Amino acid sequence: MEKTAEFKLYEKLLDEFVETEVKPRAAEVDELEIFPVDTVKKMGEIGLMGICVPKEYGGAGASVPMYAHAVRKISSACASTGVILSAHFSLCVTPILEYGTPEQKAKYLPKLCSGEHVGAFGLTEPNAGTDASGQQTLATEVEDGWIFNGSKIFITNAGYADVFIIFAMTDRNIGVKSITAFILERGTPGFTVGKPENKMGIRGSSTCELIFDNVHLGKEALLGKVGQGFSIAMKTLDGGRVGIAAQAVGIAEGAINETIKYVKERKQFNRPIAAFQNTQFVLASLYAKTQAAALLVEQAAEAKEQKLKDLSLKAAMAKLVGAEVAMEVTTKCLQLFGGYGYTRDYPIERMMRDAKITEIYEGTSEVQRMVIAGAILR
Amino acid sequence: MRVICCLKQVPDTTEIKIDPVKGTLIREGVPSIMNPDDKAGLEVALQLKDKYGAEVVVLSMGPMQATEIIREAFAMGADRGILLSDFKFAGADTLATSSALAGAIRKLEPYDIIIMGRQAIDGDTAQVGPETAELLDLPQVSYVKSLEYKEDGTCLVTRKVEDRSYVLRVKTPVVLTVLGEEVEPRYMSVAGILKAFREMEVEIWSADKIDVDVTTLGLKGSPTQVKQSFGKQLKAAGHTYDNVSAAEGAKLILEALIDKNLL
Repeated sequence: MEKTAEFKLYEKLLDEFVETEVKPRAAEVDELEIFPVDTVKKMGEIGLMGICVPKEYGGAGASVPMYAHAVRKISSACASTGVILSAHFSLCVTPILEYGTPEQKAKYLPKLCSGEHVGAFGLTEPNAGTDASGQQTLATEVEDGWIFNGSKIFITNAGYADVFIIFAMTDRNIGVKSITAFILERGTPGFTVGKPENKMGIRGSSTCELIFDNVHLGKEALLGKVGQGFSIAMKTLDGGRVGIAAQAVGIAEGAINETIKYVKERKQFNRPIAAFQNTQFVLASLYAKTQAAALLVEQAAEAKEQKLKDLSLKAAMAKLVGAEVAMEVTTKCLQLFGGYGYTRDYPIERMMRDAKITEIYEGTSEVQRMVIAGAILR
Repeated sequence: MRVICCLKQVPDTTEIKIDPVKGTLIREGVPSIMNPDDKAGLEVALQLKDKYGAEVVVLSMGPMQATEIIREAFAMGADRGILLSDFKFAGADTLATSSALAGAIRKLEPYDIIIMGRQAIDGDTAQVGPETAELLDLPQVSYVKSLEYKEDGTCLVTRKVEDRSYVLRVKTPVVLTVLGEEVEPRYMSVAGILKAFREMEVEIWSADKIDVDVTTLGLKGSPTQVKQSFGKQLKAAGHTYDNVSAAEGAKLILEALIDKNLL
């Protein structure tokens, strides 16, 4: 499909932004585990943090495919910055937009869109990972609201987030049908953010534990209806997977770009290694697979945009294939770099470490297979 | 307040290559960009919009493809965009270009400040700003680094040359040419891009729409014409000295420079 002039200008903006703001900092963000606060502010200024939110709430009013493209381009240079945007937008901004009351939207969206506030999403618990229905965090209804107790782990953006979408059971006897979503603000008494995890990859994203010790929330903190939480979580993750799939494809594209540059410069046996058929065949296969994954991402993004019923299947396919392609591409590209690729003087080892998480978070590759099998074997 | 900002679409010279045989520029596949000094000028104009609510009108001359940079200017925040596009403008040198721009600017009265980039990266003449000012009989300040607008209708302009800066107070309307290296242009915004294509139109003006003597336009109105373009050639192969220490190398270079009367 021919790109529109509008989309080309959007790509130009992303290219300029990534080259100037994201790429030069990527190695440092990884090495020193820096959450790139300034870059996040600038992403807000140009309209990425609230990209698909209508203008009335301070957003840019763009489409989901444009959002996915932003995550992809940013991740091609820095996967940490890519997931900060993805978790913020897909997992916090989107559920507020889709399930929030007009008051909640007016209260939270403008600052989340401008980049003044960062968003996060808390579903995973120490004993509720893939089995997300086994929530142990309890929200007990009291006269003027809710009392929260429990904890969450591996929460992306947690150390810098101002607004959290949190899931909890309201009645253990009812179980999954009592899971409910809430909006929790940083600084609420009894709510603490634990120390950041020391991770293998995406080291610039802040991943922490959340602890709730008799946290008191008012009635206005309820997102959607009591008992609607599990459905909100699953639908939100369907959208989130579009972002992570885009991140995976971005990592793969970034790795291929770095490798193309390297194999043209690196000489062995008096020839650039790009002249060897092994290099050519490996890169050709990786490039074709990455483009195939990119098409799945575009298809999933379009399904989200059109609110299609098979979003869940399409997003799962995009994430499964995207993550596996990212892992294969970065591993094989590193091999083309040889010994140099194994050092931190080149970005390829960072990309390989970053790629691995895409097979794990927002549903492991095994979960994606469960979703796909569930859809095709019905 | 109305600010008119002139923009030129140029080939991205950082990506341009020279045909080794013909010695001419290979323009095929070279992306076109908004001239960097002009983009800096647009930033200065947009700062006037941010501070004083100025209306920013961008003006360009060129083929229809040049609407691209006008859309880009919209996406950065410009309010109105006009492209002078007509075969009668074709083949213009700097004077004929200035004549066309002046003719369009006359149609945009009343205006307060006209901003241009110091020079374009393709022609490098730095003539269009000053010539346009002369044709409009307006004061001009070139090499502008920054400006401050005063409520009494004057501007305090900092003009930077080689080793010093001047602060000048000028009456508006005035023509300013801006130094690209002194101003960091803003990014476009996503909302701006959508607005640029969905809500805004580039106005296309032909030669009969502007206030100008048509004999001063295009190739016919151009007193200068390009006779030949060629790349810079290396004049000599140079000398190579192998196996010399750094100190010996420095001495050899110094001697060579003295020998050529360069030192």
